[in-house]
Amino acid sequence: MSDEHKILLTIPMYPDMELAAAKTGSALAELKDFNEEAVEEIQLAIIETCINASEHSQSDDKEVHIQFLVTDDQLQVKISDRGVGITADTLDGTRLLGTPTLHADLRKRGRGLQIIRALMDEVVIESSPNGTTVSFTKKKTPS
Amino acid sequence: MLNKFDIQVRESKGHAIIETAGYLNDALGEKLSEKAQELIQNGYTLLVINLEQTTLINSIGISILIEIIEALDEREGTLNFCGLSATQERTFRMMAIAKYAGIFPDEESAIANL
Repeated sequence: MSDEHKILLTIPMYPDMELAAAKTGSALAELKDFNEEAVEEIQLAIIETCINASEHSQSDDKEVHIQFLVTDDQLQVKISDRGVGITADTLDGTRLLGTPTLHADLRKRGRGLQIIRALMDEVVIESSPNGTTVSFTKKKTPS
Repeated sequence: MLNKFDIQVRESKGHAIIETAGYLNDALGEKLSEKAQELIQNGYTLLVINLEQTTLINSIGISILIEIIEALDEREGTLNFCGLSATQERTFRMMAIAKYAGIFPDEESAIANL
């Protein structure tokens, strides 16, 4: 039977605090022998989700709540804020296009969710006017 | 030797190399952008950005790299990256950066392909 551990972390919406969450995620992944690439992907997904929460949630408490659930073969991360929620156009990236660039495919902003979806095995986004929770799972690949 | 969060610029005949270390976020990205703009203003249109000591790059850092690509594009310049991790390279390709800038394993090949 595989051990399951739950770790809870709350960070303030303050510059670079996403690194505290990313480092916790990487420490847990390393503890379970995830490979170097997977550890970096987990860190990046955590960073992007925390930045999205800080930039767009408009939450009064200015906090991001992170739950890590780690087993021998996967790491699940659940990142929540108590903000105003996100809209469908934010989810598909069309609201956050940023300044037009010389090349249409070279968008400056609004790529965080695309990165998370590409790097993680499963991504679930739940949002309401009371907040947003982004959950993602990274499975350990056999070495 | 670079500090944990630092930028180092080396100017050479016809090209310049910018080396970054640490977390490439908005703060380090702005410093990088300033250095790149300064080089471009001084006539350097062939640049290499060495990211070997850059442990993590967030999407804001990437957006700043895109601005540098655009600034060079306007002057028909070239930007090559080197020292990327596998995840960074994958992200750059996903974000179409690899279409407009070169990605090379080391500084030598990045300079040779300017």
